[in-house]
Amino acid sequence: MSETKEIIISSDKIHTDEYLVNMGPQHPSTHGVLRLLVRLEGEIVHHIQPHVGYIHSGIEKMCEALTYPQFIHLTDRMDYLSAHMNNEAVCLLVEDALQVEVPERVKYIRTIMDELSRLASHQLWWCVMGMDLGALTTFFYGLRDREHILDIFEETCGARMTVNYNVPGGLMFDIHPNFQKRVKDFIKEFRTKLPEYDRLLTGNVIFRQRTDEIGYLSLEDAIAWGVTGPSGRGSGFSCDVRKHNPYSAYPLVQFEEKLATKGDTFTRYQLRMEEMHESLHIIEQLIDNIPEGDYAVKMKGVVKLPEGEFYKRVETARGEFGVYVVSDGKKNPYRVKFRSPGFSNLFALNKMAAGHKIADLVAIMSTLDLVIPDIDR
Amino acid sequence: MTNEELQACLTGEFPKAEITLGKQYVEMVVQAEDLHETSAKLKALPVLSFDYLFCLTGVDYPEKMQIVYHLESVKHRHTLVLKTNTADRVDPKVDTVSDVWQTAKYHEREVYDLLGVKFNNHNDLRRLFLDDTWGFPLRKDYKDEVRIVER
Amino acid sequence: MGVKSKKEFEANDYPILAEYEGGSIVLAKLDDLINWSRANSLWPLTFGTRCCAIEFMAVGASRHDMSRFGMEVARATPRQADLIIISGTINYKMAPVLRRLYDQIADPKYVVAMGGCAVSGGPFFYNSYAVVKGADHVIPVDVYIPGCPPRPEALLYGMLQLHKKIKRQRYFSRKQQKNTPQP
Repeated sequence: MSETKEIIISSDKIHTDEYLVNMGPQHPSTHGVLRLLVRLEGEIVHHIQPHVGYIHSGIEKMCEALTYPQFIHLTDRMDYLSAHMNNEAVCLLVEDALQVEVPERVKYIRTIMDELSRLASHQLWWCVMGMDLGALTTFFYGLRDREHILDIFEETCGARMTVNYNVPGGLMFDIHPNFQKRVKDFIKEFRTKLPEYDRLLTGNVIFRQRTDEIGYLSLEDAIAWGVTGPSGRGSGFSCDVRKHNPYSAYPLVQFEEKLATKGDTFTRYQLRMEEMHESLHIIEQLIDNIPEGDYAVKMKGVVKLPEGEFYKRVETARGEFGVYVVSDGKKNPYRVKFRSPGFSNLFALNKMAAGHKIADLVAIMSTLDLVIPDIDR
Repeated sequence: MTNEELQACLTGEFPKAEITLGKQYVEMVVQAEDLHETSAKLKALPVLSFDYLFCLTGVDYPEKMQIVYHLESVKHRHTLVLKTNTADRVDPKVDTVSDVWQTAKYHEREVYDLLGVKFNNHNDLRRLFLDDTWGFPLRKDYKDEVRIVER
Repeated sequence: MGVKSKKEFEANDYPILAEYEGGSIVLAKLDDLINWSRANSLWPLTFGTRCCAIEFMAVGASRHDMSRFGMEVARATPRQADLIIISGTINYKMAPVLRRLYDQIADPKYVVAMGGCAVSGGPFFYNSYAVVKGADHVIPVDVYIPGCPPRPEALLYGMLQLHKKIKRQRYFSRKQQKNTPQP
């Protein structure tokens, strides 16, 4: 006769292991070539280790061999979605160092182009955010509206994305006669489209469940890790360079710096949607009042900065972008360093995503709005 | 605080450092051995409270290696540039500040990768962009016949 | 290049040579049918490194629709793709990854180098220590599309050139055409 024994299986007797999963350099959701080594237990993420460098092109070393107007076109290619703001940072640095005062017309046009770039970048972020979570429809809606902004850029600046419109001293050429009318038509039309975006994603039950209470970043962590831009403002870190160190025409416009305290993924999402509204508001205040005047100040053929160090900060769509130039009086800079917002934002990912599931990791990454060439330079 | 007030306050607190008024910001140069203590004090003092490190750079000069820290205070909104030098170019070593400002952890890895400056007490000093056999590209004496096409 | 006359292939010709009454019997060359079906449903791999990836996404969107050419199904895994569009810079760290992805794609596979960086190193040709000066140092490229970034219409023209290249292939003829590139 056989005896039956009761076998009790309890979870502390089953041997479980963590395993390492590689979200490799080629991945549809990593917004570029980012490799994440994720330590998982089941579906819960324990630790994330980012490996960067798959698009490192040595831009800082290249700038030491180029002159100041020449390396402006390289800053386009770092954060290509806010290319205009990167160019403007270098031009403002050169103008401040040489104490050149640009005409008012230039300041207005630069700010309008800045805000249009910010809108285009947030539109692309929105469509990719939906796509990462599986809502492919948002991809088509966002890109449909972005094409209108790219048309405006193409007519005035000559290129769709890597515009290269700023030069030290002003702009490369004057705006197209159609510019004001096109921008006004675009604003009117886009204001009717933004409620569509809200209907698609913001009020969507599935989207809310996937982003509420996920990826919390506290205010102390945001300051300690240097997370700027809408990602930092979602945790309450007041870091908007347009307010604290204003440049171009920003002292002349009324706009609010949107802050929130909740610090989760949905808050960051909502902040970016509100920033789109603010950008439209800023453009509306400026577009009718562009003063007449020159589009550039005549600078010397060879731009040589005085000896010393210079730093300029601007607010791109991702956060605070800084350019640090050490000059020894020659026509090439001695050392150029680009403080990119993505570099600081990315490394706070471990803090935000540890303890969540791997599907939440995708949502958190897309709300950080990373552009990998910005991180790797 | 304005730049002059900041300069006065810092001269009182840190007698050993050289504090000058640069073109844009107040600049403070400390010795490499005082760096960690100075950083902790800059963050902890309530009247200064420099808690936001927004840029960490390494610069290669002919006779020294300089590390430049750009600091800002979120409460008071003043900015400071902290610098430290090390004369050893063959194997430069500087103290880490990643326990004071966490963002420095990865910025210091980048400086190690591109310039070769090692940071003492850094808990994970590996190369960030390039692999272990590469040289240090941002140094002025870096030569690469195969890969770089000079112009 | 082994082509008899310009009339021999137009990019979007139907391969049917003769159709009998009622459409129940169709005469065509088997080569043409295979080439036509391969060219009109190329599935690209989602591989974008730099700014050209955004222009590639714009081609997939609604204004310049890549679905008209059968290409909207961009697969994430190389096992299910048959085309890599290298849009962006390749550097020394990424080159082995690209090579591995190319090896994992099953034949017949095609490669399009989109943008200045993939064609020759682009703006990073001079003075850069980390960029491979052209993706064709790593994998064989079929079509080069210059531009920085190329306009979406330029990418579509490049895809049509790739269609023409595919339609020149011959699998069953006894005498191979001279100088015809094979995949």
